[in-house]
Amino acid sequence: MKFAYYPGCSLERNAAAYDHSVREVSDLLGIKLQEIDDWNCCGATEYFSQNELAACAVIARNLALVEPQTDQIVAPCAACYLNLAKTDKLMVDHPEFGKEVNQCLAAGGLKYEPGRVTVRHMLDVIVDDVGETAVRDKVVRPLAGLRVAPYYGCQVVRPIDNNDNPEYPMKMDHLLSWLGAEVVDYPVKAHCCGGHLTQISEPQAFELIRRLLQNAQDYNTDMIICMCPMCQLNLDGYQSRVNGFFGTEFKLPIMYFTQMLGIAFGIDPQKLGFGKELVTAMPVLEAKLGGQLV
Amino acid sequence: MAAHIAEKKGTFLEEVIEATPGGERLVHCLQCGSCGGSCPSGADMQYTPRTLIAMINANDRDAVLAANTMWACVSCYFCTSRCPQDIPITDIIYTLKRLSIAEKRYRDTDAPALAKTFTDFVDRYGRSFEFGLATGYHLLKRPISMMKMGPMGLQMFTRGRMALRPTKIRQIEQLQAIINKAKELSGSK
Ligand code: SF4
Ligand code: SF4
Ligand code: SF4
Ligand code: SF4
Repeated sequence: MKFAYYPGCSLERNAAAYDHSVREVSDLLGIKLQEIDDWNCCGATEYFSQNELAACAVIARNLALVEPQTDQIVAPCAACYLNLAKTDKLMVDHPEFGKEVNQCLAAGGLKYEPGRVTVRHMLDVIVDDVGETAVRDKVVRPLAGLRVAPYYGCQVVRPIDNNDNPEYPMKMDHLLSWLGAEVVDYPVKAHCCGGHLTQISEPQAFELIRRLLQNAQDYNTDMIICMCPMCQLNLDGYQSRVNGFFGTEFKLPIMYFTQMLGIAFGIDPQKLGFGKELVTAMPVLEAKLGGQLV
Repeated sequence: MAAHIAEKKGTFLEEVIEATPGGERLVHCLQCGSCGGSCPSGADMQYTPRTLIAMINANDRDAVLAANTMWACVSCYFCTSRCPQDIPITDIIYTLKRLSIAEKRYRDTDAPALAKTFTDFVDRYGRSFEFGLATGYHLLKRPISMMKMGPMGLQMFTRGRMALRPTKIRQIEQLQAIINKAKELSGSK
């Protein structure tokens, strides 16, 4: 299984834990990741708010840089995934627009044939391509007794069909159950965390974050498991600010699904980026899984 | 449908349709309210998506472009996935953002400034900062915001989750040539 790998800017810093755990887990599962050489930022939602052609041209540069022998690209960031997939789809569905994007690429000596590369999210690759048997085979430290709430967010499940239910997705539920965890079924698992709203309207953003934390806590979860760096930042990074704002006392660790895979596969937590989260996960992990993990 | 659009020649409705892939579905709105009812930001919006769609169909250009709806939208795609008429509502909102920014019609929102700051970084470095932490990069311009971040900002730094500037890609000139071409073709600066 060979994929071009698009980490995206978040995974360089803020979500380095996601990047490290993606690479560790992929290694173990036989997923070969070839990082796109000299990739550029996908522009998040911000380029699309200003100039659609520029947004797509910026994104398409990354598609154009995928080596000819590779026909699939995988992104762990939900926003990157959507941008890459959306740009490819726009170019396929609207050939005239596709031509304009290619005119832009040509200014940089590049070219992309619409539809050549299939864009995948990391979760889909592990659940759909690697699959249950191969994942279960690798589990040496089952997550038995740990209650986890999968959090999907928006950008992977709704805009582009990824073979899951857009309102009530199940893929991460399945994956976590293969690891032996107790998967919490809670109503808001695909609701929105507010994205960049923390930068624009704190009261509005904090309320969206509060609802998610509250609902997961009402269902007695030990931690929330996410699949997007922005979701992780909002729920983890802003958790203490949300507590301050509402007078709540949430203390929920927010981890990436790849970190949980890594723990179940027996990988050293340090290599998986544990410790980078602001609400620390180790105490509850060690309490529930019994003893030292290192 | 073509006839429908032809009738609307030169209207705001036509402008929005032209600028949005799949936008021609707009005219099929049933005003069922599924979009507004699904919107997590509905309560903060002057006009819910349902009302906004009605206003576009009524060619109420000025009111639409000055609305706060677009800036309260978080692109969660609930409206789009639930619309029984397959209207690409989230994408229509992106179109309205672009028009509103291009003509500076927006009011009382930092969203356009944030978008500009962000894409300026992309244009210059080819990489960006973490946009959920934009306040960190407004350090000089907006010291209050940084102070408001308080311990959170510090904790992010000590865990290596924040940098002072983005990394720069090697072929930045290539990216800039691509961006300039896009701006030239789309007639914006
Ligand atoms: S969506 Fe975020 S992480 Fe992905 S490339 Fe864009 S800015 Fe970077
Ligand atoms: S949940 Fe939040 S970060 Fe995740 S996709 Fe939705 S808005 Fe973006
Ligand atoms: S959900 Fe679709 S049809 Fe219903 S009001 Fe909204 S846009 Fe119109
Ligand atoms: S995409 Fe925007 S308008 Fe539509 S439901 Fe989500 S926040 Fe509301």
